[in-house]
Amino acid sequence: MWDLINTSIYAGILLSIAIGIIGSLIVVNKATSITGSIAHGSFGGIGIGLYLGVSVIVSTLFFTILLAIVLGVVSLYFQDRKDSLIGVIWALGMSVGIIFLNLTSGYQADALSYLFGNILLVGDSDLKFMAITDLVLIFSIVFLYNRFLAMSYDIEFLRLRGINVSLLYFYFLILTSITIVMSVRAIGIILILALFTIPPLIAEKFTKKFYQTIILSSIIAFIFIASGILISYYYDLSPTPIIVLIASFGLFLSMLKRS
Amino acid sequence: MKAVEVKHLYFRYSREWILEDVSLELEDKEFLAIIGPNGGGKTTFLRILLGFLKPTKGEVKIYNKPPNKASYLIGYVPQYTTFSTDIPIVVEDIVLQGRLRKGKFFYTKEDKKIAYEKMEILGILHLKDKKIKNLSGGERQKVLIARALSVEPKILIMDEPTSAIDIKGQNEILNLIESLELTRIVVSHDVKILFRKVDKIAYINKRAIIHEAPQLNIPKDRHFCEVELIDFLKGEECGI
Repeated sequence: MWDLINTSIYAGILLSIAIGIIGSLIVVNKATSITGSIAHGSFGGIGIGLYLGVSVIVSTLFFTILLAIVLGVVSLYFQDRKDSLIGVIWALGMSVGIIFLNLTSGYQADALSYLFGNILLVGDSDLKFMAITDLVLIFSIVFLYNRFLAMSYDIEFLRLRGINVSLLYFYFLILTSITIVMSVRAIGIILILALFTIPPLIAEKFTKKFYQTIILSSIIAFIFIASGILISYYYDLSPTPIIVLIASFGLFLSMLKRS
Repeated sequence: MKAVEVKHLYFRYSREWILEDVSLELEDKEFLAIIGPNGGGKTTFLRILLGFLKPTKGEVKIYNKPPNKASYLIGYVPQYTTFSTDIPIVVEDIVLQGRLRKGKFFYTKEDKKIAYEKMEILGILHLKDKKIKNLSGGERQKVLIARALSVEPKILIMDEPTSAIDIKGQNEILNLIESLELTRIVVSHDVKILFRKVDKIAYINKRAIIHEAPQLNIPKDRHFCEVELIDFLKGEECGI
């Protein structure tokens, strides 16, 4: 039993670091719906992976990065219809996934597990992928902190400083995609959005500087995930919905604090 | 070298011209006020100077360079109403953004020194650790000016720097702009700017009428009618 919980707690730590960094960036850049679109659309990559019989992680990685690039183009060059196009891509990705699942022979119970994930069933290879993703995220936020912060505040000013803001924005979306893929096993694609955005939404109320938001979000995310793991283990419930319930309750409590 | 040279500039998005045959010259350290009706092309003109839009026809040079190659010379103060304030960021973080450069990832001690100097000039150094969300309109505007000055620009371009600020704050900011030894371009819908030591006035409504300000003899000491003044600026009898 402790082995099982141990592995999932490690996964929780790695996940929390990622949520702190990418979740905070998503919230301050108001990229929640784009993230939702990539996350749900990534089901296309899962379907393709299962159909081709290749690694689902690899196929999903390629597919989500493709979606991220399309969404980057949409949000930079089609501002007026951004909102609707985000919704279209969201549905398009899921449809691709379902069609490929239909074409795949045999019963695909596996597919469901990707929708909601299960942090209690995360394996060692998943942990490795999560650790690598964390390293990429930490490295990126350290080097690009000032740029990301300037991008969230006033992207035009950053552009005027001679910095390629389109490239920076695409890089942010690609980081988001990688983080979504790393979380698929543990929390699935349907509830990712809540788990990525709730901790930073709470943290920003209690912090003045962006790096403090990142650190506090990680800590909050870990508290939610760890308590979710314990509750779901003892009561034999799916962990992801429990974690999201706890997080939503936390968000509700934090809203009582006057800003 | 001229600070700004605009020759026969035309701009349109689709069929209709937004700017038509605009020509303008500005010497180093001159102060230009741009006025004109909403939708008359003031902001478009500004965005062309900043290099965000390309002219359809004509030529624009900032210190002898095309605008997109001159961005390092420009300190830009956007209209403060256009972007969000609800992110975890403090005044110092924002002012330091003026020190961002291509290929540079971290701020140096020198950068901080410059940012502090500019905050001191604007009288906002005591606010450096305050979240932007908790500042008043006037204070936020000063933060944006300090950020633009941190660039150590040769030319300062400001879009409606006095909108959404009370009268006292407006005067403070106009006094400051007046005292800066830089080339300055200020877009304003507020004719009060014309009573400042401006060197040139451009009235832009698709076409531009340029006035050498000292020749205007705007009465500074008596009551005036804003409408008459605008009509006067629209008239071509004293244009050049």
